[in-house]
Amino acid sequence: MEADQTTNILVCGIGGQGIMTAAEVLSEAAIATGHDVKKTEVAGMAQRGGVVTSHVRFGEKVFSPVVAAGTADFILGFEAAEGMRWIPHLRPGAAALVNTLRLEPPVVSIGLFDYPEDPVMAIREAGVTCYPFDAGEAARELGNLKLVNSIMLGAVADQLPFGAEVLKKCLLDRFKVRKPKLVDINDQAFEKGRALIRAAAKVC
Amino acid sequence: MLTHPLVSAEAGTKMLLSGNEAVARAVWEAGCRVAAAYPGTPSTEILENVCLFKDMYSEWSVNEKVSLEVAIGASMAGSRAFCAMKHVGLNVASDALMTQTLAGVGGGLVIAVADDVGFSSSQNEQDSRFWGRFAHLPILEPADSQEAFEMTRLAFGLSEDLDAPVILRMTTRICHVKAMVTVGERHEKAVAGFKKDPDRWVMTPAAAQKRVPWMLQRDRRLKDMANRSGLNRLEQGADKRLGFITSGPAYMHVKEAFPNHPILKMGFSHPLPEREIRALAEQVEKIVVAEEVEPLVEGELKAMGLDVVIHGKDILPEFGELSPANMRGPVAKLLGETYKPPVTIPPVKVFPRPPTMCTACPHLGVFYTLSRVRNIYISGDIGCYTLGAGHPWEALDTCISMGASMGIALGLDKGRGAVDEKKGIVGVIGDSTFLHMGMQGLLDIVYNKGNVTIMLLDNRAVGMTGGQENPGSGRDIHGEEAPRVDFAKLVEALGVRPERIRRVDPYVLPDLFKTVRHEVKQNEPSVILTDQPCVLIDDYDALKPLYVEEDKCTGCANCLDVGCPAILVTKRGKEVKNNGKEVDLAWVKIETSACTGCNLCPDTCAHDAILPFTPVVAEMP
Ligand code: SF4
Ligand code: SF4
Repeated sequence: MEADQTTNILVCGIGGQGIMTAAEVLSEAAIATGHDVKKTEVAGMAQRGGVVTSHVRFGEKVFSPVVAAGTADFILGFEAAEGMRWIPHLRPGAAALVNTLRLEPPVVSIGLFDYPEDPVMAIREAGVTCYPFDAGEAARELGNLKLVNSIMLGAVADQLPFGAEVLKKCLLDRFKVRKPKLVDINDQAFEKGRALIRAAAKVC
Repeated sequence: MLTHPLVSAEAGTKMLLSGNEAVARAVWEAGCRVAAAYPGTPSTEILENVCLFKDMYSEWSVNEKVSLEVAIGASMAGSRAFCAMKHVGLNVASDALMTQTLAGVGGGLVIAVADDVGFSSSQNEQDSRFWGRFAHLPILEPADSQEAFEMTRLAFGLSEDLDAPVILRMTTRICHVKAMVTVGERHEKAVAGFKKDPDRWVMTPAAAQKRVPWMLQRDRRLKDMANRSGLNRLEQGADKRLGFITSGPAYMHVKEAFPNHPILKMGFSHPLPEREIRALAEQVEKIVVAEEVEPLVEGELKAMGLDVVIHGKDILPEFGELSPANMRGPVAKLLGETYKPPVTIPPVKVFPRPPTMCTACPHLGVFYTLSRVRNIYISGDIGCYTLGAGHPWEALDTCISMGASMGIALGLDKGRGAVDEKKGIVGVIGDSTFLHMGMQGLLDIVYNKGNVTIMLLDNRAVGMTGGQENPGSGRDIHGEEAPRVDFAKLVEALGVRPERIRRVDPYVLPDLFKTVRHEVKQNEPSVILTDQPCVLIDDYDALKPLYVEEDKCTGCANCLDVGCPAILVTKRGKEVKNNGKEVDLAWVKIETSACTGCNLCPDTCAHDAILPFTPVVAEMP
């Protein structure tokens, strides 16, 4: 079994941003299309504002749950600097999809460290293709910051081997069960994400 | 109300489950009737999911020892019983375990122990497989969720057949990895009832001594079971230069990295399946043992006198997690091959993002205060407030293990040299930790006339693991109302004088300052109680957010020392003081969408620049 028969996705961001939910939806879509799936997160003290990554792997048969450095088919960055942090996980030629939202931790506020001036530039300078988009602003326009998650999923949707519709269905099905009122707005957010990434790809 | 899918899934359903969820479902399917745990990463979610099954009893216990005792009692009564804990929890519970192994079980008794391999959030990385050797018990090691599910179901029967508790050893990559599981259905077990048998259940020295030969006899049966167990399987491989012996998630990494070599996968790993091991040794030139944490199997293999070279920790990482990536290089070298690692993009420099206390956390004011009171030593404990050691507070001087803040504070007091004579000693502990292991320490402080000040930070939850209930929260595992312990009365009962029991609102900084300063000067034990809910639980009510009035902010940056993540810097600068000293300035704003108006930071602002977001209109006189 060669590693490249597996799709490796690294979802990264900060505790509380909905990284795990996004990874869960990606996994559900992979299951729905007949794949074997493993999903894991690296989140020390997840709810306490620390770094969170979730590894999603799917294919015919997946053994190790971990996406090793140099093997991710893409990373989905929920925050600019976090997207930048994880680029060594990408395999050569793969791309980083990065929300340009900046979340500065207290160590930056109190002046111990600097937040990178232009994370997108830094990613590109490292030789990685980067598709930046402002999911935070888009979510605000749609009326709720929590929509960032659906926008991020929309952004990654067209990169997946099984197509965007499956992913969208998995996402919206969750809301249908739990919060039917929010189906429409998340549908919009998802499509917004797709549009944003297309626009980003055109510019790049 | 919707039933949780884990509960409602019919037999044969394929689900994406974490190892913890899979264990929970299996515990229920096995007909288990009593399950107990104290929350601890990475094991917490086991009981969080077990409690969804309303046809069995589940509880959060005050600590792991008690959770095991509850399970033991239920087993004695003839029910199948279960408890779960993290690795360090078994240290706490080991006293009960080491005796129960002599007594054996009534109903099947299964203990899931989750090792935090890779230190995701623990004070050490220890290998629970040792407990199998120590306590003469079988160790089962699942490698993914499906196996966690199957082994758990099987473990109850194994426990009954063998008349011994069974340890299910999990690791982070089992607990928190989601993989596909096909579930089954519940098998009710008739409850045998308690059978009086003092020779077994009353472990006096005389009784215990008689049980030892019985236990040694059991060891022989155990060995035989391990040898015949289908959980140990030898997978063939064409490349015989090297064979692997492995268990747990390490197997998955081996399988991914070296699919062409023979692999002995051990699911029932203590005692070692000798027969299978010899079968592997006969067909390969070398054996590599891939095991996580200690070289335990490696040592035992070497002692077996096999005719092959055994490698393990001499070439593989000695601590932390194994992975296909970190095994490929060393194994290639062993085979005399060159290994070309995948081309990776060099890391870019990014600031660290350590975990920090939440926006508006009731502990913020406490640590802000402690960081500003001079001449104190602070003995810390396990919980969110361990984060007080980090920036910007740096207000913890020790932290060793659950509940240890009390004893260590007393030790600092009793052991102090002349240089420390004038220091105050403060112990910081949370409600749940205090109930878990702190009470005894406080009793010791009182009894031995220690001169320490204890800050008991009651936030009505086990905050660090996600806000679980405890006897201080007034709710049980199902969120239903439960008696709530009165901490003031409790510490008084432990002997702290009522005058020395002080209540403070942790959101009122001047009160905190005054109280801490005053209490550390007393020459007797004192307890400062704070009582405000953790912001992650339902009891917490957010208020109106605040904002910073730009013109009034002088850039003094004092409010940043509170450490609230909602306070952000907008601009930095420098100022030269009259005495020629240069000081750093930082102007701030408040992220209004995050601020909950806890009203802590305005107290740190000497210039009244932090104001309610909707300005209050002053009433005319
Ligand atoms: S989880 Fe609760 S106790 Fe822990 S840092 Fe957040 S608010 Fe504070
Ligand atoms: S009032 Fe101040 S300390 Fe409290 S949540 Fe808002 S910004 Fe944070």
